[in-house]
Amino acid sequence: MCSTCGCSGEGSGTRISLVTEHDQPHDHEHPHDADHPHDHEHEAGEAHGHGHGHAPAATVEETRTILLEQEILAKNDGLAAANRHRLQEHGITAINLMSSPGSGKTTLLESTVRAYAGVRETLVIEGDQETWLDAQRIRATGSRVVQINTGAGCHLDAQMLAGGLKELAPPDNSLVFVENVGNLVCPALFDLGETARVVIISVTEGADKPAKYPYMFRTADLVLLNKIDLLPYVDFDVELCLGLIRQLQPEARILQVSATKGDGLGEWQTWLDAL
Amino acid sequence: MGGGRLSVGGVHELAIVESVVDAIVEKVGDGPIAAVRLEIGKLSGVVVDSIRFCFEIVANGTGLQDARLDIDEPSGRAYCRECGDEFDLDDPIMLCACGSADLDILSGEQLRIISVEVH
Ligand SMILES: Nc1nc2c(ncn2[C@@H]2O[C@H](COP(=O)(O)OP(=O)(O)OP(=O)(O)O)[C@@H](O)[C@H]2O)c(=O)[nH]1
Ligand SMILES: [Mg+2]
Ligand SMILES: [Zn+2]
Ligand SMILES: [Zn+2]
Ligand SMILES: [Zn+2]
Ligand SMILES: [Zn+2]
Repeated sequence: MCSTCGCSGEGSGTRISLVTEHDQPHDHEHPHDADHPHDHEHEAGEAHGHGHGHAPAATVEETRTILLEQEILAKNDGLAAANRHRLQEHGITAINLMSSPGSGKTTLLESTVRAYAGVRETLVIEGDQETWLDAQRIRATGSRVVQINTGAGCHLDAQMLAGGLKELAPPDNSLVFVENVGNLVCPALFDLGETARVVIISVTEGADKPAKYPYMFRTADLVLLNKIDLLPYVDFDVELCLGLIRQLQPEARILQVSATKGDGLGEWQTWLDAL
Repeated sequence: MGGGRLSVGGVHELAIVESVVDAIVEKVGDGPIAAVRLEIGKLSGVVVDSIRFCFEIVANGTGLQDARLDIDEPSGRAYCRECGDEFDLDDPIMLCACGSADLDILSGEQLRIISVEVH
């Protein structure tokens, strides 16, 4: 629950912080203070903590059906649309990077940010449940970076991205990478308002992973097969994996890369530049 | 989300249920609710049993805590852009009998709040 206002709205428990050189985590006490993004529409005068003083035992209670007919994720989708609109207005390209833990998201970002140094302004938003480690790795490249800690939350949502962008303040025409929480399940359901969705799978995972997490692969604009430098040492069926991805998402581009050795990173940049 | 509130990390249906509860409270207020009807398609990627489990936790202390949860689970239906066939499917790996994966999903991806019953 939010310690300041006691609300339990979406995004509570989330901490958003700009990471600077001399970093000790100094979380904002109440990061969503300024415009308190989780707007609840309480009726004037209506108390917040719903007392449950149910009148004892009314025998047969009349009920009345209210039709709502709305998308469960309507609120997230609305906030995502607002993010998308704002990004477009400012010519900012935002990439939502998703994968299982350890597939190489942060490593890819370190190389990519370095490759763009002096060419195009690149900034990063790091989503992790608890630590600042990934943001500090990015910070070491010289890029501006905001860490979002989601606490128990296992994905970023559009409201968190809005908060992150506010803190990051990316300049017009810049390139913003958003490293989602390492998880191949629910980030699939949450539109952030990004320009493109990139899913990474590495050759140290099972080649049948796309079949196990079909929803994630079906939302991808680009799939990166990472750690191909390890192919000689692992038993990974590349053709099986690529075939499954093509079945799930015929429109996705697929690139084979090594974030540590640099293979395929030129094509990755070409893809980014064309967005 | 709901980070400090609960520690059911990794249960991704939690966020879906939180969205349901938030949306309902926003629309009909904090008063007691007798029943909630959701539509969760078989191709939505959301597990209905987890939704029920999370609902008990999230609804606790809200107007929805004693609500009955009714969930409709529409089946998947697809149109093949290759051969023009229309068919049922409940498997998230989507392939037409003709081998094509170029499908229009007509139904099964629903994630909707249909209605609530209030006292
Ligand atoms: N051999 C090899 N190792 C890699 C490659 N890319 C990443 N790694 C290694 O894989 C490990 C995990 O990489 P990260 O970049 O931290 O992965 P991540 O996806 O950011 O992980 P989380 O943020 O925890 O989800 C590190 O030890 C990297 O050095 C690659 O292309 N080849
Ligand atoms: Mg990382
Ligand atoms: Zn608050
Ligand atoms: Zn509140
Ligand atoms: Zn999640
Ligand atoms: Zn067909």
